[in-house]
Amino acid sequence: MGNVAAIFGKEMRSYFGSPVAYVMAGVFLLFTGFVFRNQVLEFHDMSVFLKFAEYDQKSLLNVNKVVVESFFEFQTFIWMIVIPMLTMRLFAEEKRGGTYELLMTSPLTSGQILMGKFLACYAPYLLIEIFALGYLGILSFYARIDWGPVFSGSLAILLLGGTFISVGILASSLTENQIVAAVLSFFMLILLWIVDWAARYAGDYLFVLLKFLSLVEHTRDMVHGVVDTHDVFFFLSATVFFLFVTYNVLESNRWRA
Amino acid sequence: MIEVDHLTKKYGAFTAVDDISFEVGKGEIVGFLGPNGAGKTTTMRVLTCYLPASEGTARIAGYDIFNEPLEVKRHLGYLPESPPLYRDMYVSSYLDFVANIKGVPKAKKNDRIVEVMDQCGLSDRAGQLIGQLSKGYRQRVGLAQAIIHNPDVIIMDEPTSGLDPNQIVEVRNLIRELARERTVILSTHILPEVEMTCDRVIIINRGKIEAMDTPENLTKSLRGTVRFSIRVSGEVSEAVKGLGDLPDIIEIKRLKKEDNDLILVDCPTDRDWGPILSARVAELGMGLMEMRREDLSLEEIFHALTTREEGV
Repeated sequence: MGNVAAIFGKEMRSYFGSPVAYVMAGVFLLFTGFVFRNQVLEFHDMSVFLKFAEYDQKSLLNVNKVVVESFFEFQTFIWMIVIPMLTMRLFAEEKRGGTYELLMTSPLTSGQILMGKFLACYAPYLLIEIFALGYLGILSFYARIDWGPVFSGSLAILLLGGTFISVGILASSLTENQIVAAVLSFFMLILLWIVDWAARYAGDYLFVLLKFLSLVEHTRDMVHGVVDTHDVFFFLSATVFFLFVTYNVLESNRWRA
Repeated sequence: MIEVDHLTKKYGAFTAVDDISFEVGKGEIVGFLGPNGAGKTTTMRVLTCYLPASEGTARIAGYDIFNEPLEVKRHLGYLPESPPLYRDMYVSSYLDFVANIKGVPKAKKNDRIVEVMDQCGLSDRAGQLIGQLSKGYRQRVGLAQAIIHNPDVIIMDEPTSGLDPNQIVEVRNLIRELARERTVILSTHILPEVEMTCDRVIIINRGKIEAMDTPENLTKSLRGTVRFSIRVSGEVSEAVKGLGDLPDIIEIKRLKKEDNDLILVDCPTDRDWGPILSARVAELGMGLMEMRREDLSLEEIFHALTTREEGV
Protein backbone atom coordinates (compact mmCIF):
# COMPACT_ATOMS: atom_id res chain seq x y z
CA MET A 1 0.00 0.00 0.00
CA GLY A 2 2.85 2.33 0.84
CA ASN A 3 4.31 1.70 -2.58
CA VAL A 4 1.04 2.54 -4.33
CA ALA A 5 0.87 5.72 -2.27
CA ALA A 6 4.44 6.63 -3.22
CA ILE A 7 3.72 6.31 -6.95
CA PHE A 8 0.39 8.07 -6.51
CA GLY A 9 2.03 10.98 -4.69
CA LYS A 10 4.73 11.34 -7.29
CA GLU A 11 2.26 11.39 -10.18
CA MET A 12 0.00 13.86 -8.39
CA ARG A 13 2.95 16.16 -7.84
CA SER A 14 3.71 15.88 -11.52
CA TYR A 15 0.15 16.68 -12.61
CA PHE A 16 -0.35 19.58 -10.23
CA GLY A 17 3.24 20.78 -10.14
CA SER A 18 3.15 21.30 -13.90
CA PRO A 19 0.56 23.03 -16.07
CA VAL A 20 -0.87 19.69 -17.25
CA ALA A 21 -3.76 19.39 -14.81
CA TYR A 22 -4.65 23.07 -15.04
CA VAL A 23 -4.60 23.21 -18.82
CA MET A 24 -6.73 20.10 -19.06
CA ALA A 25 -9.16 21.44 -16.45
CA GLY A 26 -9.32 24.72 -18.35
CA VAL A 27 -10.02 23.05 -21.68
CA PHE A 28 -12.62 20.74 -20.24
CA LEU A 29 -14.46 23.36 -18.20
CA LEU A 30 -14.41 25.85 -21.05
CA PHE A 31 -16.02 23.49 -23.54
CA THR A 32 -18.52 21.94 -21.15
CA GLY A 33 -19.34 25.40 -19.85
CA PHE A 34 -19.98 26.61 -23.38
CA VAL A 35 -22.36 23.75 -24.11
CA PHE A 36 -24.05 24.10 -20.75
CA ARG A 37 -24.66 27.80 -21.38
CA ASN A 38 -26.11 27.07 -24.82
CA GLN A 39 -28.48 24.47 -23.42
CA VAL A 40 -29.63 26.78 -20.67
CA LEU A 41 -30.32 29.52 -23.24
CA GLU A 42 -32.17 27.04 -25.41
CA PHE A 43 -34.28 26.03 -22.45
CA HIS A 44 -34.99 29.68 -21.82
CA ASP A 45 -36.10 30.23 -25.41
CA MET A 46 -38.30 27.16 -25.24
CA SER A 47 -39.98 28.35 -22.09
CA VAL A 48 -40.73 31.74 -23.66
CA PHE A 49 -42.05 30.06 -26.81
CA LEU A 50 -44.19 27.53 -24.96
CA LYS A 51 -45.59 30.03 -22.46
CA PHE A 52 -49.04 30.02 -24.00
CA ALA A 53 -48.94 26.49 -25.40
CA GLU A 54 -51.21 23.59 -24.49
CA TYR A 55 -50.52 21.54 -21.40
CA ASP A 56 -49.18 18.46 -23.20
CA GLN A 57 -46.70 20.57 -25.11
CA LYS A 58 -45.49 22.05 -21.87
CA SER A 59 -44.34 18.60 -20.85
CA LEU A 60 -41.47 19.19 -23.28
CA LEU A 61 -40.26 21.81 -20.84
CA ASN A 62 -38.07 19.53 -18.77
CA VAL A 63 -34.83 21.01 -17.53
CA ASN A 64 -33.38 17.54 -16.99
CA LYS A 65 -34.06 16.55 -20.58
CA VAL A 66 -32.87 19.73 -22.20
CA VAL A 67 -29.94 20.74 -20.02
CA VAL A 68 -28.78 17.94 -17.73
CA GLU A 69 -28.84 15.08 -20.20
CA SER A 70 -27.12 16.92 -23.01
CA PHE A 71 -24.59 18.18 -20.48
CA PHE A 72 -23.64 14.61 -19.62
CA GLU A 73 -23.71 13.43 -23.21
CA PHE A 74 -21.39 16.19 -24.31
CA GLN A 75 -19.02 15.49 -21.41
CA THR A 76 -18.38 11.93 -22.55
CA PHE A 77 -17.21 13.36 -25.85
CA ILE A 78 -14.86 15.95 -24.31
CA TRP A 79 -13.42 13.42 -21.88
CA MET A 80 -12.53 11.27 -24.84
CA ILE A 81 -10.23 14.05 -25.99
CA VAL A 82 -8.93 15.17 -22.59
CA ILE A 83 -8.19 11.81 -20.99
CA PRO A 84 -5.60 10.66 -23.55
CA MET A 85 -3.77 13.93 -22.79
CA LEU A 86 -3.75 13.05 -19.11
CA THR A 87 -2.70 9.44 -19.57
CA MET A 88 -0.18 9.73 -22.40
CA ARG A 89 2.74 10.61 -20.14
CA LEU A 90 2.18 7.96 -17.46
CA PHE A 91 4.52 5.31 -18.86
CA ALA A 92 5.83 6.87 -22.07
CA GLU A 93 7.55 9.68 -20.17
CA GLU A 94 9.21 7.25 -17.76
CA LYS A 95 10.51 5.16 -20.62
CA ARG A 96 11.82 8.14 -22.55
CA GLY A 97 13.43 9.70 -19.47
CA GLY A 98 15.09 6.50 -18.27
CA THR A 99 13.20 6.58 -14.98
CA TYR A 100 11.34 3.45 -15.99
CA GLU A 101 14.58 1.67 -15.14
CA LEU A 102 14.41 3.13 -11.64
CA LEU A 103 10.86 1.87 -11.13
CA MET A 104 11.63 -1.56 -12.53
CA THR A 105 14.75 -2.01 -10.39
CA SER A 106 13.01 -0.91 -7.20
CA PRO A 107 11.25 -3.41 -4.97
CA LEU A 108 7.84 -2.65 -6.48
CA THR A 109 5.44 -4.99 -8.22
CA SER A 110 3.97 -4.10 -11.61
CA GLY A 111 0.55 -4.10 -9.97
CA GLN A 112 1.59 -1.46 -7.45
CA ILE A 113 3.06 0.79 -10.15
CA LEU A 114 -0.04 0.40 -12.29
CA MET A 115 -2.47 1.02 -9.43
CA GLY A 116 -0.58 4.10 -8.26
CA LYS A 117 -0.64 5.56 -11.75
CA PHE A 118 -4.27 4.70 -12.39
CA LEU A 119 -5.42 6.33 -9.18
CA ALA A 120 -3.15 9.33 -9.74
CA CYS A 121 -4.81 9.92 -13.10
CA TYR A 122 -8.26 9.33 -11.69
CA ALA A 123 -7.78 12.00 -9.03
CA PRO A 124 -7.43 15.04 -11.33
CA TYR A 125 -10.19 13.58 -13.47
CA LEU A 126 -12.48 13.38 -10.45
CA LEU A 127 -11.55 16.88 -9.39
CA ILE A 128 -12.30 18.37 -12.80
CA GLU A 129 -15.59 16.47 -12.92
CA ILE A 130 -16.61 17.85 -9.52
CA PHE A 131 -16.00 21.37 -10.82
CA ALA A 132 -18.14 20.63 -13.86
CA LEU A 133 -20.96 19.30 -11.69
CA GLY A 134 -20.85 22.67 -9.96
CA TYR A 135 -22.62 24.05 -13.05
CA LEU A 136 -25.67 22.00 -12.12
CA GLY A 137 -25.43 23.33 -8.59
CA ILE A 138 -25.64 26.86 -9.97
CA LEU A 139 -28.56 25.87 -12.20
CA SER A 140 -30.43 24.47 -9.21
CA PHE A 141 -30.87 28.02 -7.87
CA TYR A 142 -32.88 28.94 -10.96
CA ALA A 143 -34.63 25.70 -11.91
CA ARG A 144 -36.03 22.69 -10.20
CA ILE A 145 -33.69 19.85 -11.09
CA ASP A 146 -34.58 16.23 -10.60
CA TRP A 147 -31.48 15.06 -8.76
CA GLY A 148 -31.93 11.34 -9.42
CA PRO A 149 -30.72 11.43 -13.05
CA VAL A 150 -27.95 13.80 -12.02
CA PHE A 151 -26.59 11.16 -9.67
CA SER A 152 -26.98 8.32 -12.13
CA GLY A 153 -25.46 10.43 -14.90
CA SER A 154 -22.52 11.29 -12.67
CA LEU A 155 -22.10 7.63 -11.88
CA ALA A 156 -22.00 6.91 -15.62
CA ILE A 157 -19.31 9.54 -16.11
CA LEU A 158 -17.24 8.21 -13.20
CA LEU A 159 -17.41 4.65 -14.52
CA LEU A 160 -16.74 5.72 -18.09
CA GLY A 161 -13.73 7.75 -16.91
CA GLY A 162 -12.19 4.69 -15.31
CA THR A 163 -12.48 2.80 -18.58
CA PHE A 164 -11.10 5.72 -20.61
CA ILE A 165 -8.13 6.04 -18.24
CA SER A 166 -7.36 2.32 -18.37
CA VAL A 167 -7.38 2.46 -22.18
CA GLY A 168 -5.07 5.48 -22.08
CA ILE A 169 -2.67 3.80 -19.67
CA LEU A 170 -2.51 0.75 -21.90
CA ALA A 171 -1.58 2.96 -24.87
CA SER A 172 1.07 4.72 -22.80
CA SER A 173 2.62 1.44 -21.68
CA LEU A 174 3.10 0.37 -25.29
CA THR A 175 5.39 3.18 -26.43
CA GLU A 176 7.97 5.62 -25.25
CA ASN A 177 6.56 8.40 -27.38
CA GLN A 178 3.84 10.47 -25.74
CA ILE A 179 2.32 11.58 -29.04
CA VAL A 180 2.03 7.98 -30.18
CA ALA A 181 0.46 7.08 -26.85
CA ALA A 182 -2.13 9.85 -27.20
CA VAL A 183 -2.97 8.99 -30.80
CA LEU A 184 -3.23 5.32 -29.95
CA SER A 185 -5.67 5.98 -27.13
CA PHE A 186 -7.72 8.34 -29.33
CA PHE A 187 -7.89 5.56 -31.86
CA MET A 188 -9.02 2.95 -29.35
CA LEU A 189 -11.53 5.25 -27.67
CA ILE A 190 -13.04 6.47 -30.93
CA LEU A 191 -13.26 2.88 -32.10
CA LEU A 192 -15.12 1.92 -28.94
CA TRP A 193 -17.29 4.99 -29.46
CA ILE A 194 -18.39 4.45 -33.04
CA VAL A 195 -18.54 0.69 -32.99
CA ASP A 196 -22.34 0.78 -32.65
CA TRP A 197 -22.66 2.84 -35.85
CA ALA A 198 -21.47 -0.21 -37.67
CA ALA A 199 -24.04 -2.27 -35.79
CA ARG A 200 -26.88 -0.74 -37.80
CA TYR A 201 -25.77 -2.56 -40.95
CA ALA A 202 -24.54 -5.73 -39.30
CA GLY A 203 -26.34 -9.04 -39.03
CA ASP A 204 -28.33 -10.08 -35.99
CA TYR A 205 -25.58 -11.53 -33.83
CA LEU A 206 -22.98 -8.99 -34.85
CA PHE A 207 -25.50 -6.25 -34.11
CA VAL A 208 -25.82 -7.40 -30.52
CA LEU A 209 -22.09 -7.75 -30.12
CA LEU A 210 -21.20 -4.36 -31.59
CA LYS A 211 -23.91 -2.63 -29.60
CA PHE A 212 -22.60 -4.34 -26.51
CA LEU A 213 -19.02 -3.15 -27.11
CA SER A 214 -19.97 0.49 -27.55
CA LEU A 215 -18.97 2.49 -24.49
CA VAL A 216 -21.45 5.29 -25.07
CA GLU A 217 -24.33 2.88 -25.50
CA HIS A 218 -23.82 1.77 -21.91
CA THR A 219 -23.96 5.30 -20.53
CA ARG A 220 -27.27 6.09 -22.23
CA ASP A 221 -29.62 4.49 -19.71
CA MET A 222 -27.74 5.91 -16.77
CA VAL A 223 -27.82 9.42 -18.23
CA HIS A 224 -31.60 8.99 -18.52
CA GLY A 225 -31.78 8.00 -14.88
CA VAL A 226 -31.83 4.22 -15.09
CA VAL A 227 -28.98 2.44 -13.31
CA ASP A 228 -28.70 -1.07 -14.70
CA THR A 229 -26.19 -3.30 -12.92
CA HIS A 230 -25.42 -4.76 -16.31
CA ASP A 231 -24.00 -1.38 -17.44
CA VAL A 232 -22.13 -0.86 -14.19
CA PHE A 233 -20.63 -4.30 -14.53
CA PHE A 234 -19.71 -3.60 -18.14
CA PHE A 235 -17.64 -0.53 -17.24
CA LEU A 236 -15.99 -2.15 -14.24
CA SER A 237 -15.02 -5.23 -16.20
CA ALA A 238 -13.81 -3.15 -19.17
CA THR A 239 -11.60 -1.14 -16.79
CA VAL A 240 -10.24 -4.28 -15.19
CA PHE A 241 -9.68 -5.81 -18.61
CA PHE A 242 -7.56 -2.92 -19.92
CA LEU A 243 -5.63 -2.71 -16.65
CA PHE A 244 -5.01 -6.44 -16.84
CA VAL A 245 -3.66 -6.14 -20.38
CA THR A 246 -1.42 -3.27 -19.26
CA TYR A 247 -0.24 -5.34 -16.31
CA ASN A 248 0.82 -8.05 -18.73
CA VAL A 249 2.56 -5.54 -20.96
CA LEU A 250 4.60 -4.40 -17.94
CA GLU A 251 5.27 -7.94 -16.80
CA SER A 252 6.28 -9.07 -20.28
CA ASN A 253 9.57 -7.20 -19.83
CA ARG A 254 10.36 -9.73 -17.16
CA TRP A 255 9.47 -12.78 -19.18
CA ARG A 256 12.27 -14.99 -20.31
CA ALA A 257 12.76 -14.75 -24.04
CA MET B 1 27.80 -11.33 -2.49
CA ILE B 2 27.32 -11.77 -6.22
CA GLU B 3 27.43 -15.15 -7.90
CA VAL B 4 26.85 -15.19 -11.64
CA ASP B 5 26.25 -18.62 -13.06
CA HIS B 6 26.45 -19.26 -16.81
CA LEU B 7 24.44 -16.18 -17.64
CA THR B 8 23.30 -15.72 -21.24
CA LYS B 9 21.16 -12.96 -22.69
CA LYS B 10 19.92 -13.05 -26.25
CA TYR B 11 18.05 -10.38 -28.14
CA GLY B 12 16.43 -12.49 -30.82
CA ALA B 13 19.27 -14.07 -32.73
CA PHE B 14 21.87 -11.72 -31.29
CA THR B 15 23.68 -12.92 -28.20
CA ALA B 16 24.56 -9.90 -26.10
CA VAL B 17 25.92 -11.82 -23.12
CA ASP B 18 27.31 -15.26 -23.78
CA ASP B 19 27.58 -17.73 -20.93
CA ILE B 20 29.46 -15.68 -18.36
CA SER B 21 30.22 -16.78 -14.80
CA PHE B 22 32.00 -14.92 -12.04
CA GLU B 23 31.81 -14.17 -8.35
CA VAL B 24 32.29 -11.01 -6.38
CA GLY B 25 33.00 -11.06 -2.67
CA LYS B 26 31.90 -8.67 0.05
CA GLY B 27 33.69 -5.35 0.08
CA GLU B 28 35.16 -5.83 -3.35
CA ILE B 29 35.08 -3.30 -6.19
CA VAL B 30 34.92 -5.00 -9.54
CA GLY B 31 35.18 -3.17 -12.83
CA PHE B 32 33.65 -4.31 -16.08
CA LEU B 33 35.94 -3.19 -18.83
CA GLY B 34 35.08 -3.48 -22.46
CA PRO B 35 34.44 -1.53 -25.65
CA ASN B 36 30.98 -0.12 -26.37
CA GLY B 37 28.52 -2.84 -27.19
CA ALA B 38 30.50 -5.52 -25.36
CA GLY B 39 27.60 -6.49 -23.12
CA LYS B 40 28.44 -4.55 -19.99
CA THR B 41 25.13 -2.73 -19.71
CA THR B 42 23.15 -5.83 -20.61
CA THR B 43 24.90 -7.82 -17.88
CA MET B 44 24.11 -5.11 -15.37
CA ARG B 45 20.50 -4.91 -16.47
CA VAL B 46 20.13 -8.64 -16.00
CA LEU B 47 21.73 -8.49 -12.56
CA THR B 48 19.38 -5.70 -11.50
CA CYS B 49 16.36 -7.71 -12.68
CA TYR B 50 15.52 -5.11 -15.32
CA LEU B 51 15.93 -7.69 -18.07
CA PRO B 52 15.43 -11.43 -17.72
CA ALA B 53 18.31 -13.74 -18.54
CA SER B 54 17.81 -16.10 -21.47
CA GLU B 55 19.75 -18.82 -19.73
CA GLY B 56 21.63 -19.24 -16.52
CA THR B 57 21.07 -17.28 -13.36
CA ALA B 58 22.73 -15.18 -10.71
CA ARG B 59 22.39 -14.71 -7.00
CA ILE B 60 22.75 -11.35 -5.33
CA ALA B 61 23.13 -11.21 -1.57
CA GLY B 62 21.92 -14.81 -1.60
CA TYR B 63 18.74 -14.18 -3.59
CA ASP B 64 18.05 -15.54 -7.05
CA ILE B 65 17.48 -12.82 -9.65
CA PHE B 66 14.76 -14.74 -11.42
CA ASN B 67 12.85 -16.26 -8.54
CA GLU B 68 13.21 -13.58 -5.88
CA PRO B 69 13.49 -10.29 -7.77
CA LEU B 70 11.87 -8.20 -5.04
CA GLU B 71 14.41 -9.37 -2.44
CA VAL B 72 17.25 -8.78 -4.89
CA LYS B 73 16.01 -5.26 -5.56
CA ARG B 74 15.82 -4.53 -1.85
CA HIS B 75 19.53 -5.32 -1.49
CA LEU B 76 20.67 -3.62 -4.62
CA GLY B 77 21.37 -0.07 -5.64
CA TYR B 78 21.61 0.71 -9.32
CA LEU B 79 22.89 3.71 -11.20
CA PRO B 80 22.11 3.33 -14.92
CA GLU B 81 24.25 5.01 -17.53
CA SER B 82 22.02 8.05 -17.62
CA PRO B 83 20.83 8.70 -14.07
CA PRO B 84 17.08 8.03 -13.76
CA LEU B 85 15.98 11.49 -12.67
CA TYR B 86 12.72 13.39 -12.85
CA ARG B 87 13.76 16.78 -14.14
CA ASP B 88 10.72 18.52 -12.71
CA MET B 89 11.35 17.37 -9.14
CA TYR B 90 13.40 18.97 -6.40
CA VAL B 91 16.45 17.06 -5.20
CA SER B 92 14.98 16.49 -1.74
CA SER B 93 11.53 15.43 -2.97
CA TYR B 94 13.12 13.12 -5.54
CA LEU B 95 15.18 11.40 -2.86
CA ASP B 96 12.09 11.22 -0.68
CA PHE B 97 10.24 9.46 -3.50
CA VAL B 98 13.10 7.03 -4.12
CA ALA B 99 13.37 6.31 -0.39
CA ASN B 100 9.66 5.47 -0.42
CA ILE B 101 9.78 3.07 -3.33
CA LYS B 102 13.01 1.46 -2.12
CA GLY B 103 11.32 0.65 1.15
CA VAL B 104 13.29 2.84 3.56
CA PRO B 105 11.37 2.73 6.88
CA LYS B 106 9.40 5.93 7.52
CA ALA B 107 11.06 6.59 10.88
CA LYS B 108 14.56 6.57 9.38
CA LYS B 109 13.71 8.19 6.08
CA ASN B 110 14.45 11.84 6.76
CA ASP B 111 17.71 11.12 8.58
CA ARG B 112 18.76 8.88 5.75
CA ILE B 113 18.02 11.53 3.10
CA VAL B 114 20.10 14.10 4.99
CA GLU B 115 22.91 11.58 5.44
CA VAL B 116 22.98 10.60 1.77
CA MET B 117 22.84 14.20 0.56
CA ASP B 118 25.75 14.98 2.84
CA GLN B 119 27.70 11.98 1.59
CA CYS B 120 27.17 12.92 -2.05
CA GLY B 121 27.81 16.62 -1.52
CA LEU B 122 24.25 17.64 -2.27
CA SER B 123 23.35 19.33 1.00
CA ASP B 124 23.32 22.82 -0.50
CA ARG B 125 21.26 21.69 -3.52
CA ALA B 126 18.33 20.11 -1.68
CA GLY B 127 15.84 22.74 -2.82
CA GLN B 128 16.96 22.92 -6.42
CA LEU B 129 15.11 21.49 -9.40
CA ILE B 130 16.95 18.51 -10.84
CA GLY B 131 16.48 19.88 -14.36
CA GLN B 132 18.55 22.91 -13.40
CA LEU B 133 21.49 20.96 -11.99
CA SER B 134 24.75 20.56 -13.86
CA LYS B 135 25.73 17.17 -15.24
CA GLY B 136 28.08 16.51 -12.32
CA TYR B 137 25.44 17.24 -9.73
CA ARG B 138 22.92 15.09 -11.57
CA GLN B 139 25.40 12.24 -11.41
CA ARG B 140 25.63 12.79 -7.66
CA VAL B 141 21.87 12.69 -7.33
CA GLY B 142 22.00 9.45 -9.29
CA LEU B 143 24.53 8.07 -6.84
CA ALA B 144 22.49 9.26 -3.87
CA GLN B 145 19.48 7.50 -5.37
CA ALA B 146 21.46 4.25 -5.66
CA ILE B 147 22.60 4.18 -2.03
CA ILE B 148 19.64 5.67 -0.19
CA HIS B 149 18.32 2.32 1.05
CA ASN B 150 21.76 1.29 2.21
CA PRO B 151 22.09 -1.63 -0.22
CA ASP B 152 24.67 -4.40 0.14
CA VAL B 153 25.45 -4.32 -3.55
CA ILE B 154 25.80 -1.28 -5.78
CA ILE B 155 25.87 -1.58 -9.55
CA MET B 156 26.97 1.45 -11.53
CA ASP B 157 26.99 1.77 -15.29
CA GLU B 158 29.71 4.18 -16.43
CA PRO B 159 29.52 6.32 -13.29
CA THR B 160 32.07 8.84 -14.55
CA SER B 161 30.99 9.22 -18.17
CA GLY B 162 30.53 12.79 -19.29
CA LEU B 163 32.04 14.35 -16.18
CA ASP B 164 34.90 16.79 -16.15
CA PRO B 165 38.25 15.70 -14.66
CA ASN B 166 37.65 17.18 -11.23
CA GLN B 167 34.22 15.63 -10.99
CA ILE B 168 35.65 12.28 -12.06
CA VAL B 169 38.12 12.38 -9.19
CA GLU B 170 35.31 13.27 -6.78
CA VAL B 171 33.05 10.49 -8.00
CA ARG B 172 35.90 7.97 -7.78
CA ASN B 173 36.63 8.96 -4.21
CA LEU B 174 32.97 8.67 -3.41
CA ILE B 175 32.81 5.19 -4.94
CA ARG B 176 35.82 4.06 -2.93
CA GLU B 177 34.25 5.44 0.21
CA LEU B 178 30.97 3.69 -0.51
CA ALA B 179 32.70 0.41 -1.21
CA ARG B 180 34.17 0.18 2.24
CA GLU B 181 31.20 -1.72 3.58
CA ARG B 182 29.55 -2.72 0.31
CA THR B 183 30.13 -4.66 -2.87
CA VAL B 184 30.44 -2.57 -6.00
CA ILE B 185 30.32 -3.42 -9.68
CA LEU B 186 31.02 -0.62 -12.08
CA SER B 187 31.51 -0.53 -15.80
CA THR B 188 33.76 1.64 -17.83
CA HIS B 189 35.61 1.73 -21.08
CA ILE B 190 38.47 3.75 -19.68
CA LEU B 191 41.41 1.59 -18.63
CA PRO B 192 43.08 3.93 -16.13
CA GLU B 193 39.78 4.22 -14.32
CA VAL B 194 39.72 0.57 -13.32
CA GLU B 195 43.38 0.73 -12.41
CA MET B 196 42.58 3.49 -9.95
CA THR B 197 39.32 2.30 -8.45
CA CYS B 198 38.92 -1.45 -8.78
CA ASP B 199 40.26 -4.43 -6.88
CA ARG B 200 39.51 -6.70 -9.77
CA VAL B 201 38.78 -6.27 -13.47
CA ILE B 202 36.57 -8.31 -15.72
CA ILE B 203 37.25 -7.67 -19.38
CA ILE B 204 34.20 -8.31 -21.52
CA ASN B 205 34.19 -8.39 -25.27
CA ARG B 206 31.41 -9.55 -27.59
CA GLY B 207 29.47 -10.87 -24.63
CA LYS B 208 32.26 -13.08 -23.32
CA ILE B 209 34.64 -12.71 -20.42
CA GLU B 210 38.10 -12.35 -21.93
CA ALA B 211 40.04 -11.97 -18.75
CA MET B 212 39.49 -11.59 -15.04
CA ASP B 213 42.29 -10.51 -12.73
CA THR B 214 43.65 -7.69 -10.60
CA PRO B 215 44.45 -4.55 -12.56
CA GLU B 216 48.20 -4.95 -11.86
CA ASN B 217 48.38 -8.47 -13.19
CA LEU B 218 46.30 -7.63 -16.20
CA THR B 219 48.33 -4.65 -17.24
CA LYS B 220 51.49 -6.63 -16.77
CA SER B 221 50.37 -9.43 -19.03
CA LEU B 222 48.71 -7.05 -21.47
CA ARG B 223 51.61 -4.68 -21.83
CA GLY B 224 53.99 -7.64 -21.97
CA THR B 225 54.46 -9.18 -25.35
CA VAL B 226 53.62 -9.31 -28.99
CA ARG B 227 54.02 -12.54 -30.95
CA PHE B 228 55.19 -12.98 -34.53
CA SER B 229 54.95 -16.24 -36.43
CA ILE B 230 57.60 -16.63 -39.10
CA ARG B 231 58.18 -19.15 -41.85
CA VAL B 232 61.51 -19.20 -43.67
CA SER B 233 63.06 -21.04 -46.57
CA GLY B 234 66.10 -22.83 -45.29
CA GLU B 235 67.21 -24.64 -42.17
CA VAL B 236 64.74 -23.85 -39.44
CA SER B 237 67.03 -24.63 -36.49
CA GLU B 238 69.59 -22.23 -37.90
CA ALA B 239 66.94 -19.52 -38.23
CA VAL B 240 65.79 -20.12 -34.65
CA LYS B 241 69.32 -19.74 -33.44
CA GLY B 242 69.94 -16.65 -35.56
CA LEU B 243 66.77 -14.92 -34.47
CA GLY B 244 67.38 -15.90 -30.88
CA ASP B 245 70.65 -14.00 -30.93
CA LEU B 246 68.74 -10.71 -31.25
CA PRO B 247 68.75 -8.74 -28.01
CA ASP B 248 65.58 -8.32 -25.89
CA ILE B 249 63.65 -11.22 -27.38
CA ILE B 250 61.56 -12.81 -24.70
CA GLU B 251 60.98 -16.25 -26.06
CA ILE B 252 61.38 -18.18 -29.28
CA LYS B 253 59.62 -21.42 -30.08
CA ARG B 254 59.50 -23.86 -32.91
CA LEU B 255 56.14 -25.20 -33.94
CA LYS B 256 56.09 -28.49 -35.89
CA LYS B 257 54.16 -28.31 -39.15
CA GLU B 258 53.86 -30.78 -42.03
CA ASP B 259 55.91 -29.02 -44.69
CA ASN B 260 57.86 -26.29 -43.01
CA ASP B 261 58.13 -25.53 -39.31
CA LEU B 262 56.80 -22.27 -37.88
CA ILE B 263 58.93 -20.10 -35.65
CA LEU B 264 57.10 -18.23 -32.93
CA VAL B 265 58.88 -15.18 -31.59
CA ASP B 266 57.63 -13.32 -28.51
CA CYS B 267 58.93 -9.76 -28.40
CA PRO B 268 58.40 -6.85 -26.04
CA THR B 269 56.04 -4.16 -27.30
CA ASP B 270 58.57 -1.36 -26.92
CA ARG B 271 59.29 -0.99 -30.65
CA ASP B 272 58.10 -2.32 -33.99
CA TRP B 273 59.77 -5.70 -34.37
CA GLY B 274 58.56 -6.50 -37.89
CA PRO B 275 61.43 -4.85 -39.82
CA ILE B 276 64.02 -6.01 -37.29
CA LEU B 277 63.01 -9.64 -37.66
CA SER B 278 62.80 -9.57 -41.44
CA ALA B 279 66.20 -7.87 -41.69
CA ARG B 280 67.66 -10.58 -39.49
CA VAL B 281 66.21 -13.33 -41.69
CA ALA B 282 67.80 -11.66 -44.73
CA GLU B 283 71.11 -11.38 -42.90
CA LEU B 284 71.05 -15.12 -42.33
CA GLY B 285 70.73 -15.55 -46.09
CA MET B 286 67.28 -17.05 -45.99
CA GLY B 287 64.06 -16.15 -47.71
CA LEU B 288 61.18 -14.85 -45.66
CA MET B 289 58.16 -16.84 -46.78
CA GLU B 290 55.70 -15.62 -44.25
CA MET B 291 55.61 -13.29 -41.30
CA ARG B 292 52.47 -12.61 -39.36
CA ARG B 293 51.71 -10.67 -36.23
CA GLU B 294 49.55 -12.98 -34.15
CA ASP B 295 46.17 -11.63 -33.06
CA LEU B 296 46.30 -11.52 -29.33
CA SER B 297 42.66 -10.74 -28.72
CA LEU B 298 43.29 -9.32 -25.27
CA GLU B 299 45.88 -7.04 -26.68
CA GLU B 300 43.44 -5.88 -29.29
CA ILE B 301 40.80 -5.11 -26.75
CA PHE B 302 43.32 -3.30 -24.69
CA HIS B 303 44.26 -1.29 -27.72
CA ALA B 304 40.65 -0.49 -28.55
CA LEU B 305 40.04 0.56 -24.98
CA THR B 306 43.05 2.72 -24.48
CA THR B 307 42.88 4.54 -27.78
CA ARG B 308 39.19 5.33 -27.61
CA GLU B 309 39.49 7.71 -24.71
CA GLU B 310 42.44 8.98 -22.81
CA GLY B 311 42.14 8.46 -19.10
CA VAL B 312 42.46 11.24 -16.61
